[in-house]
Amino acid sequence: MSSIETPNVDWLALSPTLALLGASGIALLAAVLVPPWMRRGVGAGVALLGFVLAAVFAGIVFEDSPTPEPLLSESMIRDQLAAFAQVLLAVTGAVVVLLSWAQRKRDAGEYYALLTAAGAGMVFFVGADSLMTLFLGLEWFSLCLYVLVALDTDRATSLEAGLKYVIVGSFGSAILLFGSAFVYGATGELGFSSIASAGAGDEAFLVAGLAMILAGLAFKVSAAPFHMWTPDVYQGAPTSVTAFMSAATKTAALVVTLRLLVTAFPEESEIWTIAVAVIACISLAWGNLAALAQNDVKRLLAYSSISHAGFMLIAIAAGSERGAEALLYYLVPYSAMSVGAFAVVAARERELGTALTLESLAGLGWERPFFGIAMWVFMLGFAGFPLTGGFFGKLFVFSAAYDAGDWWLVLVGVAATAVSLAYYLNVVRWLYMRTAVGTPLVAVGGSPPRDPLLATAVGACVAVTVGSFFVVQPILDLAADAAASLPF
Amino acid sequence: MLTTALILLPALGALVVAVLPLPRTTTAGLAFFVALMEVGLWIVAATEFDFDGGGLQLGTSEEWVESLGISYSVGFYGFSLWLAGATVVVSAAAIGYALWVGRDRPRAYYALMLFLTGAVVATFASQDLLLFYVSFEAMLIPLYVLVGVWGGARRIAATLTFVVYTMAGSLLMLASVVAFGVTQGTFSLAESGTSDNVWIFLGFAIAFAIKAPIFPFHGWLPLAYREAPVEVTAVLSGVVSKTAIYGFLVIVLAKFPEPVDDLRGVVLVLAAAGLVYGSALAFRAADLRGIVAYSSMAQMGLITLGVFAFNDLGLDGAVLQSVCHALVSASMFLLVGMVERRCGTGDLDALGGMARGRPVLATMLLVAGMIALAVPGTATFAGEFLIMAGSYEQGWGYAVVVALGIVLAAMYTLRLISAVLHVRPGSAVRDEALDLRPGELALVLPLIASLLVLSAWPALVSESSFPDDEPERALTEGLP
Repeated sequence: MSSIETPNVDWLALSPTLALLGASGIALLAAVLVPPWMRRGVGAGVALLGFVLAAVFAGIVFEDSPTPEPLLSESMIRDQLAAFAQVLLAVTGAVVVLLSWAQRKRDAGEYYALLTAAGAGMVFFVGADSLMTLFLGLEWFSLCLYVLVALDTDRATSLEAGLKYVIVGSFGSAILLFGSAFVYGATGELGFSSIASAGAGDEAFLVAGLAMILAGLAFKVSAAPFHMWTPDVYQGAPTSVTAFMSAATKTAALVVTLRLLVTAFPEESEIWTIAVAVIACISLAWGNLAALAQNDVKRLLAYSSISHAGFMLIAIAAGSERGAEALLYYLVPYSAMSVGAFAVVAARERELGTALTLESLAGLGWERPFFGIAMWVFMLGFAGFPLTGGFFGKLFVFSAAYDAGDWWLVLVGVAATAVSLAYYLNVVRWLYMRTAVGTPLVAVGGSPPRDPLLATAVGACVAVTVGSFFVVQPILDLAADAAASLPF
Repeated sequence: MLTTALILLPALGALVVAVLPLPRTTTAGLAFFVALMEVGLWIVAATEFDFDGGGLQLGTSEEWVESLGISYSVGFYGFSLWLAGATVVVSAAAIGYALWVGRDRPRAYYALMLFLTGAVVATFASQDLLLFYVSFEAMLIPLYVLVGVWGGARRIAATLTFVVYTMAGSLLMLASVVAFGVTQGTFSLAESGTSDNVWIFLGFAIAFAIKAPIFPFHGWLPLAYREAPVEVTAVLSGVVSKTAIYGFLVIVLAKFPEPVDDLRGVVLVLAAAGLVYGSALAFRAADLRGIVAYSSMAQMGLITLGVFAFNDLGLDGAVLQSVCHALVSASMFLLVGMVERRCGTGDLDALGGMARGRPVLATMLLVAGMIALAVPGTATFAGEFLIMAGSYEQGWGYAVVVALGIVLAAMYTLRLISAVLHVRPGSAVRDEALDLRPGELALVLPLIASLLVLSAWPALVSESSFPDDEPERALTEGLP
């Protein structure tokens, strides 16, 4: 009997995923085997180690992969784009571990096991090079997130959010799977580059499949009109989970969307650039206008994340290398601002013991100068003010769009930014200029709990948000290297 | 190096003031000291500057975003150095005034004021379109909080209108910056060529028209100028508004010759309308701040007339008038603040008769007022005369409007002076309201003294602003 031909496995390329998977397994075992008093410490420590190792491995892969190489029978790919996203995801995860420490006392072992497992799924997902691994990765991290969202079993809103996320998320996955089947039917291929080179057999089927895959991914990006789960889930989920989702899920889904569209559907680029541009415009309009009406801070940030999905989709709609660079750059300050803002929310929630409305931010800026300034920086960054990386993010996105001839997208983006100022600056107004009327705010248990790890996380986010403004070129160089692995 | 130091000194000062947990007066004193050091640094820069040589001086340039052609490049022309000079002097006076009245939450307050100073200086020094935009926007961050936290009763509404107006303009400008920079392949003002795209031109022009403000984009002005702390208003109307003039000069005139040619008539008419309308509003205003605020709007219309006359006389006059108005407006607002502190109100009905027993206040207000209304022999008269002569070349009607503006300025300024100093003692003026204290005098006197020096020698600014004193040629043939 002849031996079965096994694919050559490039362990280094898979090491980020494996590190996180290993961390997840250890954390899960620790949740059972380790004495209760040290479960939280072991879980958090293992998770942090896993994310840091994943970041380091991904960094090595980035340095070590000048040209894209297929992995595992062309189901995955090893390139700088994947590695760039993996570093970003892993660092995001590490910061989320820091901010989770004091927030997550109950079920800590399971929490960190799920967090690292979700991270592993995302890190796997961004390396997907075939529709099969794409779906696998998507389900992998989504399943972990469904549980994470519902982890606060004593809060009805958390359970409700988990249920909503499962239902809507499964619907999105199903559409994506259906679309994949169409594409497979039309081309007989699953690998991204094979789909492109197959030559569109049945044009209508292929386009229908493309549309459905795009819709499925748009659910994960939380781009309008596929965003309806976002506000409820962001609001109901434990805040540390929301922080992770808002940054990491978006990063993973956007990078995969970019790769899929550019690698698998270059022939159809005239169709998908317009489709993505339309989704971007709807997201910008809907996200910004709905955010104006929000009083709950987490919901407000949820709508803001929808609008940012719109900005980043503009970069994809440009359909150019410049657009890809803009997207990858944008993701860096965006992740920092997003995690940072939710971290401040988490700190304030813990202090007050209630869900956070705008009123409950009143005076935060003066009582907690550090958190106040941090939140101020994040809001200015979201709004695209200079002195934050958010400014260059918008600038690069706009110049990519203008370069691609989509000057109208620039105008839409500018108008959206104008609207967004109203609610971002409203947060600043509550931080510094208003006093809460009617509801006296008493911190639970006297002076606020100290949380040095969370403060470190917030500090790191501020540093990245501001630093990415001054140190633009190095980040842009990395983004350019990553974007160069795509066949533009 | 010197230019970078001028930008970084207040910025770092802001950081130090914000971080160090010093007592209230020490914080204020430290901030005032930094502001004075900034003035000293500017004097060093001015002595280093070769006013006869022309061209860009004290420049530095560092790559920032190579792939898009964005660089950190700063430096000064004659006119921008003078504008920066007015900025540091006005800021120092404003910070000194805040020290005198003792603003609450000192660490945040003085950090923001110093940051604002740095941002304004950076705007005047920018030689890269993107750096200009960044500094232009960065001014808004401290202003928003300064008005919103330390302002008067309607401060929230004031910040809201202020931000909505200025951001609407800024975002239009951002679209224009992107379009211009991407088309040119560089954001450097020195390296980029000209453009004939009217839409890009409009993005810039409207942003600056809002910032100045020019009729009909002045909707934010009354509320913001009234509600802001008075020394912030002094900075706002004195120097922040002049960033718009700088933008008109180095971006609009220098980069968009054809659209400027086509639409000059529109801008001139709006500027003239603003001059008359602002003057009329100032004459009708019922409170001190209203008068000075609207007169500021009128003056910006006047300066814009000089800019868009686009000839040697008009441009020289515009720069001279910008510097003078920065100093006049700051002194007027600070004096208004001092009167308001004594009487608790700025309503003209409740004021009056303050000259009696308060000779120093009366003298200062009178001298500042005489300069504001452009009495012949003052620097403002020289500026307005140059602008009038310059705008005459565009059509005699504009010169008539300028002359009318000068007459109206006399009317509203004299109305202010007599309402405060003369007529019957007002209900809010009590005997306990003292004359200016030496500390207050020390804040206003340097501003007025600078104005008197300029009055004696207006050519100091007007003849050393542009290379070879030929502004029109300098702007059409490229500034460097």
